[in-house]
Amino acid sequence: MDLKLTAEEMRFRDELRAWLQANVPPPWTGTTHEEGKGPYFEFLRKWQKKVFEGGWTGLSWPKEFGGRGARLIEQSIFQEEWARAEAPPLINVLGMSLIGPTIIAVGTEDQKKRYLSKILSGEEIWCQGFSEPNAGSDVAGLSTKAMIDGDHFIVNGQKIWTSLAHAADYCLLLVRTDPTAPKHKGITALLVDMHSPGVTVRPLKQMTADSSFNEVFFDNVRVPMSNILGEINRGWGTAIATLMNERAHLGSGIYIQFKKNFDTLISRSRETRRGGRAVSQDPVLRQKLAQSHIELEIFRLTTMRALSKMQHQSIPGPEGSILKLQWSELNQRLAQTSMETLGAQSQLWSTDEGRWVYNFLRSRGNTIEAGTSEIQRNIIAERVLGLPKSY
Amino acid sequence: MDFDLSKAQKLLQQSSRDFFVRECKPERVRELMATETAYDESLWRAIADQGWTGLIIPEEYGGLGLGLVDLVAVVEEMGRACLPGPFLSTLWAAALIERAGSEGQRKQYLEPISAGDLKATVALLEEEADWNPAAVTMRAEKDGKTFKLRGRKEYVTDAAVADVIICVARDNDGLVFLPVEKGARGVKITPMSGLDQTRKLYSVDFDDVAIQEADALAFTTKPQDAFEAATDIANVAICAEMVGLMQWTLDATVDYAKTRQQFGRSIGIYQAVQHQCADMYLMTESARSAAYYAAWTVSENDPAAKLAVSVAKSYCSDGAREVGNRGVQVHGGIGFTWEHNIHLYYKRAKSSEIMFGDANYHREKVASKVIDEAD
Ligand SMILES: Cc1cc2nc3c(=O)[nH]c(=O)nc-3n(C[C@H](O)[C@H](O)[C@H](O)COP(=O)(O)OP(=O)(O)OC[C@H]3O[C@@H](n4cnc5c(N)ncnc54)[C@H](O)[C@@H]3O)c2cc1C
Repeated sequence: MDLKLTAEEMRFRDELRAWLQANVPPPWTGTTHEEGKGPYFEFLRKWQKKVFEGGWTGLSWPKEFGGRGARLIEQSIFQEEWARAEAPPLINVLGMSLIGPTIIAVGTEDQKKRYLSKILSGEEIWCQGFSEPNAGSDVAGLSTKAMIDGDHFIVNGQKIWTSLAHAADYCLLLVRTDPTAPKHKGITALLVDMHSPGVTVRPLKQMTADSSFNEVFFDNVRVPMSNILGEINRGWGTAIATLMNERAHLGSGIYIQFKKNFDTLISRSRETRRGGRAVSQDPVLRQKLAQSHIELEIFRLTTMRALSKMQHQSIPGPEGSILKLQWSELNQRLAQTSMETLGAQSQLWSTDEGRWVYNFLRSRGNTIEAGTSEIQRNIIAERVLGLPKSY
Repeated sequence: MDFDLSKAQKLLQQSSRDFFVRECKPERVRELMATETAYDESLWRAIADQGWTGLIIPEEYGGLGLGLVDLVAVVEEMGRACLPGPFLSTLWAAALIERAGSEGQRKQYLEPISAGDLKATVALLEEEADWNPAAVTMRAEKDGKTFKLRGRKEYVTDAAVADVIICVARDNDGLVFLPVEKGARGVKITPMSGLDQTRKLYSVDFDDVAIQEADALAFTTKPQDAFEAATDIANVAICAEMVGLMQWTLDATVDYAKTRQQFGRSIGIYQAVQHQCADMYLMTESARSAAYYAAWTVSENDPAAKLAVSVAKSYCSDGAREVGNRGVQVHGGIGFTWEHNIHLYYKRAKSSEIMFGDANYHREKVASKVIDEAD
């Protein structure tokens, strides 16, 4: 174990630090919580292009597809530098952390050439079409159908809770291609152009009052056979690869975001007065704020450990399976602590552009999206600890 | 940058695991905890023969001169075995001697400690049991060329087997560390019966105990810093021990959940049980991340070290107790018995939680660094 940076890692850090110093735009002052639309999204899209051109997206992706060809562990350095520089977040998170890595793992050469660099540049936004009204945790129970018609599939059905579908150019879509096979065996993963005729996106309003996820309807949508990701009827394997990536990789961008929220909260706790003193001097809140720091720090360290393991074994170690649980649950506690720290004003949409209310409400989704906490615990119990399967 | 143990560290971990499985079986732990001191000369010898009594002591004083990450790899296995005896006490004292002692004192104490010939402990706490050394009130009165110690120290671990007790007291200039040899006149050692019988606690009364001024560990001009640095090392070790306690409890609980049958199936098939186990796993791995990071930052004198130590001690303190709570629950009635070994680990976790400051104490330290020192 040695957490010192090697000469190569140091070069990477210095280069990144210098680039950030020269390129990070002045902080955005408007609202930041509209996902996939509005002026903030356009601002981020421009930023992403610049980051891509600077060569800082897709750190561990092969160079030929627009990545940097760096090792996985550089992700840890990236995360720290990004947070330190208070650089705006990257968009196209689903493309970058789950769909892209899956294309790299199981895609054809043509698919890699066609899609990967545009994911990184943010030129093409991706969404993930897994969940359906009757297939959530049990994704394999999905019923959106695809029938073969010459060299095309004809897709019919409905997806739900599809984040960013309103902004997306492409979708990684799970469909049933063999209705007679057992449920895990008749699924295929398709790369679907969201601008195809027959695709309808309808926004769903969330408890946060805005719409970052959608219903997506497929009505006789034609998808070329060459857009199968992996093999026909073997889509479940592709889906598992995606979900593993989701669990292991989503953490890095999320840490940056949480850390920023936490740092802002600390300064607000020092400015906010209650009972004749700064809130930061309230002994109960000090305990809670410290606990949030501890949990964030442990999440950072566990991510680093998981990346180190993957570096040696190329699959996420057992540490990987706890990351999703860690970040989703710590963020809910952090959000609650934020509300307690700010007091009555925390509930107002006018306080700090509504970021605290938004975070508080949005965090409820964290333990549902990307596999619920219950499903994560089932996975740990059964796959990591080897307990018998409960279903 | 690599967070994984090196090959050599993995070997050390495996050999210490094998060693404690062989030398410190649960039956042995039970025999020892029923004794007055929980000390076993032959076990201590065997540990010393491995070189572990001097694991982080520099080679010039007969130690192995290894780092804190290596220490953590070994101490985690001590926790897994619920090892009784004065290892941690001696480690803490040795770390203090190394930082506060003169060259001559380092030679005098560290060489026999490395060889396993000397056991030591530190007497810090007083009536209020405040882990902050600034709270020490016990006076060391200067009388010519001797210090006179008077007062009572409490919760002193392993005082009855220690060949030397380093007493933390105060003179006009600040903290002083006075080595009190076994059998010194005016010292009275009384057991304090606590819930954890694997780590014995004592109160120590000092009735005008005389220590030569020249014997005081006074090599440093910043005694509080030296004390805190030594305690950081002890904290890293106790966190590693707690990770070991958690790992044992998790393993025992998962095994039990696989074999215990109710309603015609093993209880591990029920999600209420599965989720307890998953949470235990999450807490154990989280504690491990924190403990190893603390070890690394302390050994590198990293500016983040103090914060990392408090993060680790706070998390491990809550985590070890909580893993124990869940473990006992999953075991059902047998988990509540004296016969099952889980209570040994549960109690050791509780006493470890308290030692060197509990989660609240360390959270306040985190708060003062993260909130008050933020710019
Ligand atoms: C903000 C947000 C964004 C999302 N974005 C996307 C997206 O982009 N693409 C996409 O495909 N999906 C997305 N989802 C959907 C998400 O993946 C599903 O909501 C999730 O998998 C749960 O499915 P469900 O909603 O049908 O709930 P259900 O599966 O019906 O679950 C309901 C409750 O039952 C529990 N439960 C279900 N099965 C079990 C079991 N076997 N054992 C124990 N408990 C169980 C669940 O944990 C939950 O508490 C998003 C969801 C949210 C909230």
